[in-house]
Amino acid sequence: MNATPAPIDPGSTAWMLVSSALVLLMVPGLALFYGGLVRRKNVLTTMLQSFAAMGVIGVQWITVGYALAFGTSHAGLIGWDTSLIGLVGLPYTRNFADKAIPELVFVMFQGKFAIITPALIAGAVAERMKFSAYVWFVLLWATFVYCPLAHWVWASDGWLFKYGVLDFAGGTVVHISSGVSALVLALMIGPRRDYRPGHTAMLPHNLVLTLIGAGLLWFGWFGFNAGSAVAADHPVAGYVAGLAFATTQTAAAAGAVMWLLIEWWHQRRPTSLGLASGILAGLVAITPAAGHVIPAAALVFGALAAAGCYAAVQVKSRLGYDDSLDAFGVHGIGGILGALLTGVFCFTPVAGLLAGGGAGQLVKQAVGAGVAIVFAGLGTLVIAAVLRATIGLRATDEQERDGLDISVHGERAYHQGIAS
Amino acid sequence: MKLITAIIRPERLEAVQKELQTVLDEGDHYRLSVEVVEGHGRQEGEIEFYRGQRFRSSLVEKLQLTIGVNDAYVEPAVNAILRGARTGQVGDGKVFVTPLEQCIRIRTGERGGSAI
Repeated sequence: MNATPAPIDPGSTAWMLVSSALVLLMVPGLALFYGGLVRRKNVLTTMLQSFAAMGVIGVQWITVGYALAFGTSHAGLIGWDTSLIGLVGLPYTRNFADKAIPELVFVMFQGKFAIITPALIAGAVAERMKFSAYVWFVLLWATFVYCPLAHWVWASDGWLFKYGVLDFAGGTVVHISSGVSALVLALMIGPRRDYRPGHTAMLPHNLVLTLIGAGLLWFGWFGFNAGSAVAADHPVAGYVAGLAFATTQTAAAAGAVMWLLIEWWHQRRPTSLGLASGILAGLVAITPAAGHVIPAAALVFGALAAAGCYAAVQVKSRLGYDDSLDAFGVHGIGGILGALLTGVFCFTPVAGLLAGGGAGQLVKQAVGAGVAIVFAGLGTLVIAAVLRATIGLRATDEQERDGLDISVHGERAYHQGIAS
Repeated sequence: MKLITAIIRPERLEAVQKELQTVLDEGDHYRLSVEVVEGHGRQEGEIEFYRGQRFRSSLVEKLQLTIGVNDAYVEPAVNAILRGARTGQVGDGKVFVTPLEQCIRIRTGERGGSAI
């Protein structure tokens, strides 16, 4: 983390600035994606959960988050530099590690990941979680689950990084961790008050919003993945960024096509929500592998992720738990699939199973996924248990019945119609 | 005076309007207000698909027409609605005819049949 005297690279710096903004755009994208899927009485509450993370984690990241994730490593378990509290000891002219970009740009780029990851969890507990509990949850979760995990996997001294787990842009750190946490939190908070699988009153209120959100997520994901090259210069990073861009595009397209075909075959209906879900599944799965596999492999990632996530969503209704917007079904399952497939298809910087490198990398990927599942699951369990025992996790039954928009926030999303 | 309340398929509105025009041209346009309603009769809700799950919605969208008419026009108006709205399938809707006690044109304050 020491400053290097190397000059900054204008191309890399420009690309990382743009990438940081692209990743931030994914959060409103997520807000729209989730917002369209809930009932109209809860759309603002749901979108607010994403936006609240932009505020809360935006502050947390500058205050302690970056220090915990990317400060000087302590035994590979956690980062910390007192000088990084509030970034006061970080000169704006310092480069990030051996990269030719300002460290502040890297701080911003990583901060967007820290924002969107807890926001993904919100989909599992939509339409019933208490707002104060949600704010505390994302703050504690980002600090005690996300930051350590990001340190383990991404910091150059992190123990999973040193062990050799590949996670190019956050399959493990972002998607497995948020997906598993989503499942745990959904189980702890319980189903929505009217939830019965197949109950018609809980249908998405505006899939147009959801499709716009999916489009923004796809667009922003180019920053998420291609930006994770953390540079765009010669001789390596520029090529890796290009590779990540191509695999991201390919997996999203393959996921969309696959989900559509499965639905067409299974229910005789190709649906817009299905296509959007397939895009997301493909994007989630390629995230850990984006700079490690060839575009043709990304076709497999997208197709398998769409199939796996489709199956997971079908199983959910049989098991009866209420992961309302399928945060686990898409991010958990897609993330685990992507992490494992990375060990099968990776060719750079290490050779995976199909590149003649043997099963070694696949084992490392499984270990990485397993650690993330256990750590995020337990971390969520503890945080949620503490919150449940103190301020409570759920809105009141009355608030839930009337809709959280009006009863908690005193707002309504739509006033069209009478007396508008 | 009677009040005709008709619940029809949304896609039949134009046909009903056309039929009404032929019988209710009292020198100018016939009077009509339309609102969107949801409900169900014998027809079940539509089947919708979300992430591979089938849902049958409990309500179907229809249009509700409200028309105030003088007694002489009740039968022609009802018949016009029937001609325009009927497809022969379950879900064509219903027509209700109820007595209308008073009718007042707000602009002029006229009351009764001439205000219809």
